[in-house]
Amino acid sequence: MSKIDTRADDTPPSRSRQKYWRANLKILLLLLGVWFGTSFGLSILAVDVLDRVKFAGFPLGFWMAQQGSILIFLLIILVYTIWMNRLDKAYGVEEKRPKAGHDAS
Amino acid sequence: MGIQGWTYLFIFITFSVYVGIAIWSRVMSTRGFYVAGGTVHPLANGAATAADWMSAASFISMAGIISFLGRDGSVYLMGWTGGYVLLALLLAPYLRKFGQYTVPDFVGERYYSKTARLVAVICAIFISFTYVTGQMRGVGVVFSRFLEIEIFWGVFIGMVVVFTYAVLGGMKGITYTQVAQYCVLIFAYLLPAIFIAITLTGNVIPQIGFGAEVKGEEGVFLLDRLNGLNRDLGFSAYTGGSKSTIDVFFITAALMVGTAGLPHVIIRFFTVPKVSDARLSAFWALLFIAILYLTAPAVAAFARTNFLQTVSNTAYSEAPEWFRNWESTGLIKFEDKNGDGIMQYYNDENPAYASMAESNGWKGNEITVDRDIMVLANPEIARLPNWVIALVAAGGLAAALSTAAGLLLVISSAISHDLLKRMLLPKITESQELTVARIAAGAAVVIAGYFGVNPPDYVASVVAFAFGLAAASFFPVLVMGIFSKRMNREGAIAGMLVGLIFTAGYIIYFKFINPQANTSENWWFGISPEGIGTLGMLLNFAVSLSLGKFFPPPPDAVQRMVEDIRVPRRDHGERR
Repeated sequence: MSKIDTRADDTPPSRSRQKYWRANLKILLLLLGVWFGTSFGLSILAVDVLDRVKFAGFPLGFWMAQQGSILIFLLIILVYTIWMNRLDKAYGVEEKRPKAGHDAS
Repeated sequence: MGIQGWTYLFIFITFSVYVGIAIWSRVMSTRGFYVAGGTVHPLANGAATAADWMSAASFISMAGIISFLGRDGSVYLMGWTGGYVLLALLLAPYLRKFGQYTVPDFVGERYYSKTARLVAVICAIFISFTYVTGQMRGVGVVFSRFLEIEIFWGVFIGMVVVFTYAVLGGMKGITYTQVAQYCVLIFAYLLPAIFIAITLTGNVIPQIGFGAEVKGEEGVFLLDRLNGLNRDLGFSAYTGGSKSTIDVFFITAALMVGTAGLPHVIIRFFTVPKVSDARLSAFWALLFIAILYLTAPAVAAFARTNFLQTVSNTAYSEAPEWFRNWESTGLIKFEDKNGDGIMQYYNDENPAYASMAESNGWKGNEITVDRDIMVLANPEIARLPNWVIALVAAGGLAAALSTAAGLLLVISSAISHDLLKRMLLPKITESQELTVARIAAGAAVVIAGYFGVNPPDYVASVVAFAFGLAAASFFPVLVMGIFSKRMNREGAIAGMLVGLIFTAGYIIYFKFINPQANTSENWWFGISPEGIGTLGMLLNFAVSLSLGKFFPPPPDAVQRMVEDIRVPRRDHGERR
């Protein structure tokens, strides 16, 4: 590469790092709230209430506990991945390129 | 070709692939051996993590357990998938940025303490050995049931194969064989499930068929039929639960947190090039796991329906063919207690049902079933061709071997890297360390194989241990190491020890010292030994956070390290 990436040599100012960390924590709290709500809330504590509703042949609480919760977990990680990549870019802390591996094999 | 012929063929092909990958992926550096050089593609790492995680228990036993537990079986489904949310959000990206080789590495450096590293090494080795013994046993069982050869030789063949790719290729060999093993196991799991869904409900997708109407009977939903069948025999309704809500809550939490704290899963995220790849590969991992975990409850419901419809109250002389085939393995037994030649299967522990059974002239439940049969005999129950049955054997082996290899690497690196290089002999060269790592992996294979052939009879009960201990020891220490800059070694070590001793004490008391007392009336707050890890984890957090306040904060270098792992970008001149 002929272009020199100057940013890589500066440590980002620590105030922007703190802001980045706070934004990260907000995302975590929100997504972990969804995680807790679907698994422990809907699928365990409220399971009998939801079971009164029928959904595609399933009692809804039972479906949430054996299918729905897993699908939502998957969605949570997908949203997290996309959201964090954007956050990294917005704060300029993303990794440009992987370092070449040192594996001598 | 018969079942045995097909089984030999599939096992030969798949094992050749695994060994071939091992030879192709030989490594010559410790970085290659411990973390595959940090060059694994996130998609490949996702598949490898899925195979690493899904053990013989997930493949062979889980659907059977759910089949007998009904809704209560959800604790395993949610517990073993929900942990990935914790792993992806709270641990994987930061531990990847830290960029070392093992979990004790992080604990030792973050808490600037050899004691902390040693406690972590002991936990990692204990958890992994507990787990790997079960895998080797699984290998032996598959060999002995499908090929009718002795468990010893089954385990021996499994050991040779794992030995080849773990010792030669280290993490790199393990990673790419795990990718191949994932493909084998998922295909072997889905194919019979799809066929059974078609026969029972006429629906190709098991997850939908499981809520659909029974084939040929309009207006009768499969789950309603199953609830009826269960209730008629004195069992609780399939979609209703019989465990207390608090116990379900605590078991699910312990399994989730334990999953996130298992070292062989965590180290998989050290193998990708970037922090963002660690996040992405957590998504791929859960996607690949979910394909099996969403199918398992459908298989469970189908198998239970099939079982109750074709076996219960059928004359023994008219028992289905698979029943006879599997009787010889001892996995299913019929004992004609009332001598009427008819197989009565019902819940003889339900006092409300006793009078009903008596009036029928029944003298106790006559059929004993091993839960594993629900997956192993599934293709035969659905009358699938012989090669599908053989495929299930190859799938079970893939699941067991892939998990075993990941665990062996944790044991080997804990010994060569943490114990030797970082604590006892810091002066050894890289190539010496690598040799020790290979010897340690080899020795661990032999020990695991020994316990696979001669399993201590407490193996089944110690699985609760692995999760409980991971939840009560590693998880809090890792999370606080990342999210609390102020957490010091005194707090962390005290928390780890309190969590460990409390959890281990509770499990040992109820499982070994006083097993008769292992009933809900005697449990604290109604929490079973399976769920106690959650309480251990909370204690760990409480002790660390309060005790840590009385001791000085960590040195500046450690605080800078914590600041650093919170941000993906590498700073100039920073060590990797």
